[in-house]
Amino acid sequence: MTEVLLAFWDGAFGSVYAVLSATLVRATPLLFVGLAVALAFRAGVLNIGAEGQLIVGAIGASAVALAIPAWPRPVVIVLMLVAGAVAGGLWAGIAAVLRRRFHVLEVISTLMLNFVAAALIGWVVRGPLQEPTRVYPMSESFSAAARWPFLVPGQRLHLGFVLGLVTAAVLWYVLQHTAAGFRVRAVGAGARAAASAGAVPVARVASRAFLASGMLAGLAGASEVGGVTWALYEGISPGYGYTAIAVALLARLDPRWVIVTAIGFGALEAGGAAMQRSAGVPAVAVQIVTAAVLLSVLALSRWRARDRDEASA
Amino acid sequence: MSASALALTDIHKTFGDTRALDGASCTIRRGSIHALLGENGAGKTTLMRIAFGMIAADQGQITRHGAPVHFRSERESIAAGIGMVHQHFMLIPAFTVAENIALGGRGRLDAVAAAETVRRIGAATGLAIDPQARIADLPVGAQQRTEIVRALAHDADVLILDEPTAVLTPTESDELYRWMRRFADGGGAVVLITHRVREALAVADDVTVLRRGRSVLQGVAKSLTEDAAVTAIVGDRLAPDVSAALMPTDGEVLFALEAAAVRDADGRQRLRPTQLLVRSGEILGVLGVEGSGQRELLRLLAGRLAPSEGRVQRPDVVGFVPEDRLHDAVIPAFSLTENTTLAEAGALRGRVDWSRETVRAQTIVSDHDVRASGVQATMRSLSGGNQQRFVVGRERQRSPRALVAENPTRGLDVRATARVLETIRAVALAGGAAVVYSTDLDEILSLTRRVVVCFDGFVREVSAPADAEDRTPYARALVGADA
Repeated sequence: MTEVLLAFWDGAFGSVYAVLSATLVRATPLLFVGLAVALAFRAGVLNIGAEGQLIVGAIGASAVALAIPAWPRPVVIVLMLVAGAVAGGLWAGIAAVLRRRFHVLEVISTLMLNFVAAALIGWVVRGPLQEPTRVYPMSESFSAAARWPFLVPGQRLHLGFVLGLVTAAVLWYVLQHTAAGFRVRAVGAGARAAASAGAVPVARVASRAFLASGMLAGLAGASEVGGVTWALYEGISPGYGYTAIAVALLARLDPRWVIVTAIGFGALEAGGAAMQRSAGVPAVAVQIVTAAVLLSVLALSRWRARDRDEASA
Repeated sequence: MSASALALTDIHKTFGDTRALDGASCTIRRGSIHALLGENGAGKTTLMRIAFGMIAADQGQITRHGAPVHFRSERESIAAGIGMVHQHFMLIPAFTVAENIALGGRGRLDAVAAAETVRRIGAATGLAIDPQARIADLPVGAQQRTEIVRALAHDADVLILDEPTAVLTPTESDELYRWMRRFADGGGAVVLITHRVREALAVADDVTVLRRGRSVLQGVAKSLTEDAAVTAIVGDRLAPDVSAALMPTDGEVLFALEAAAVRDADGRQRLRPTQLLVRSGEILGVLGVEGSGQRELLRLLAGRLAPSEGRVQRPDVVGFVPEDRLHDAVIPAFSLTENTTLAEAGALRGRVDWSRETVRAQTIVSDHDVRASGVQATMRSLSGGNQQRFVVGRERQRSPRALVAENPTRGLDVRATARVLETIRAVALAGGAAVVYSTDLDEILSLTRRVVVCFDGFVREVSAPADAEDRTPYARALVGADA
């Protein structure tokens, strides 16, 4: 048992390498998708399609990286980010339009679009973006210009992590200190009051938050292909978009806490992988622990909310 | 066998600190139609929900054919032969008539047998409905028939109908009344909960009037005059203090409705074309029982609803105090400061200056005597009275000249009520205009002598009687006695 926990600890925090090349690298996409889910949920939009939006964002960023391999590196990186965000936003946009025009529940449409995105990337890596030999279901490796810089020499932590931290700070500021962010929070916390007392265009605000959420998830995809894989693979995400829901909920939808929970889940993934390698414990064990923790925390917070409501009633 | 099909004696029921029933009694004879009359909140529905086993009485006795009974659930009362058709139908819209009727049974959902039952009851009673029709596709009258047929399918001999004609056209209502009479002639008993006095006296055999949770009149419909019934409904309460009531003015027109009407999503006319002027210095009192069009009238004036016909002229910013404050006026999870900002949320641009917003919230709190631990406290943590004083204060702060308030003192204690009414009066006295809807006639009369009454979507101005303390004309208009 001790051996297992030691292996877990070593894999997650045990060394500089574990932190900078495993935990934080895995935390990076979780940070972006966690923020994406937090933003949507704050607006009362149950976007559980971060997974699909991440995948489509990865496709968009890869298409740019492969199209302009010889352009200056900063330009390529910026365009990859733009492409990732736009692609993720468009993917969320499908569900946003269905929600606003036809009242299709976004829980269903975004979940369905995750499967469509999985099928789409399967086709892309065997079709338009397949490597030239046409043997492997993956794209050509990116040129040096499209490979994002590492933050620490010899470690795998890349530019995406810093961008994620900046994004969290910006999102927190927008939600807490701008009129647009206040409207998002008001729509999520009390749509009827926002419309009746504040003349807030509820449907428009929710739709825009939905699009922005998709864009954030798309950034996760861009960051993965630019910072980690340097090529587009079918299995680009091991379910980051689903873990994101836990990341966001545990952070109580606060962007500042998303940084903490994203790193926490990054550590769980890194430690779980190490545990499997050196102690032979299946990584599924980590998922079981994760799920148990999440359920307990959510039950506890519900319970507290109920106590509070009863106390005030 | 006793002649009483169902008797409720000295029923008491308290919700929180509201006394809903305070010694209500009602005896329903076999073979009769029994009208249960009273104002909003008089306890009619609560009493019948107790009879139907939906809620338990704190105290009191229920007998069925003379024998004491205790219903712990609707299932038990249904098994004992009582049926109730609620104001809001309890049907599943996506299911067919037959499926909805089969739902009440135990075990397998037998829609085929239920369809047969629907046909059989239809043939026997004239309440014909297509058992295969989906509820959602049926007009409201047919949905109501489905509810009645469902009760009959469970062999009900006492049928409680809660405001059944509120959703019906006059022809449909007549048809329902004729059916009720046949049902009673066949040995059944019908309880008709209603606020329409004239109709009740015309169709019922017996009448019980509830006022503030007590049965104040039990008698035979034939021997009752409309006036006697109305007096019993409104009561001989102490005359309201009308000394401070504001008079109509001929000042500047602040609100004007020109043939403004409202239809709901189903095309039903909620407010019929209305002409109305409200001038500077006036308070317009609005009366009306639930669903008479006052909700739409207030929202038109407040700019929260666009007219489907006609025109509305109103000031640019109108303060609005909606009835359901926790859903429509404030966000319970937000702080007082955030709820202050909420009122401007749609128009705000750029950065929110929270220090300025905090000061604005503090001003509301101190000017309007809101008791809170601070402006960072959540709205949820305040008592209802303090929440309401906050809302009224906020709306007054943003629009000093025009205020529309919907039942603004509901659920408030004396002190909070006085404070809210004072603020409303202050708006008019400062040269603005206020429109106030209240279910409390005395409250309206203490505010203003300019009153309109909504009934059935019509808005009628009631000219103030010579005697300022005379409430009869309002009371009559309110229950549709002159309609």
